[in-house]
Amino acid sequence: MSKEIDLGRRRAITTGGGMGLLALFGGVSLFRPGDALAEWNKPAFTSKAMDEALGSLGATSPEDNSVFIQLTVPEIAENGAVVPVTVSSSLTNVEQISIMVDKNPNVLAAVFTIPQGTEAMVTTRVKMGKTANVVALVKADGKFYRTAKEVKVTAGGCGG
Amino acid sequence: MGNPMKIRAAVKEGVTEVKILMQHEMETGLRKEADGTLVPAWFITEVKAQYQGRTVLEAQFGQSVSKNPYLMFRFKGGSAGEKVTVSWVDNKGDNRADEATITG
Repeated sequence: MSKEIDLGRRRAITTGGGMGLLALFGGVSLFRPGDALAEWNKPAFTSKAMDEALGSLGATSPEDNSVFIQLTVPEIAENGAVVPVTVSSSLTNVEQISIMVDKNPNVLAAVFTIPQGTEAMVTTRVKMGKTANVVALVKADGKFYRTAKEVKVTAGGCGG
Repeated sequence: MGNPMKIRAAVKEGVTEVKILMQHEMETGLRKEADGTLVPAWFITEVKAQYQGRTVLEAQFGQSVSKNPYLMFRFKGGSAGEKVTVSWVDNKGDNRADEATITG
């Protein structure tokens, strides 16, 4: 009788150990999706403030420059869910173009890598929760430049 | 597997203009259903456009990119009949690749 109980207890211990190992492997596999997205700049895209986003992009103090960066946005957006944004630059060796919305919960909208042979110009559409500044950040020859324009939003773009 | 993209690529004076319309909800993770439950974030994180095995544009997206993302860009080169391939990955690991033939 007492022997049976003992065996039962041993089985429970063995099973418990197995569960522990399973949990460990489960933990490891949970990290895999994150690894697959390693290139996606999570700190930058989850930044709640402009300075934080700029820092995560390695652009701590970009030079204001509205001469060499052309930012085209509507003055008034009737639908904040679909705000067209075009950024182009006449700077040479443009490597990267980023688009930010300073009052959005996550300020960084998109980062474009511009390879050699691709024009320093992109058009996309972003969501805007309310009236805010759209910021264009351009990296050229390793240096960051920025310009901003306000878009008045009459109906927010983030649903209920 | 996501829904197909609409891709237009047209070459003019040695420059190919590519217009892409992806089909994706682009959920911010901040929107609530009528009953107050939060709709989980679901958005495209990375986009890549290639021409003859060469990357001509790479993009990383956050939640602020509009539903059914639109992109337009231009690269030097390209001839009518050649292909441009575009692929994306979202935060749930779903992906999609489509190609378009460059028109003259």
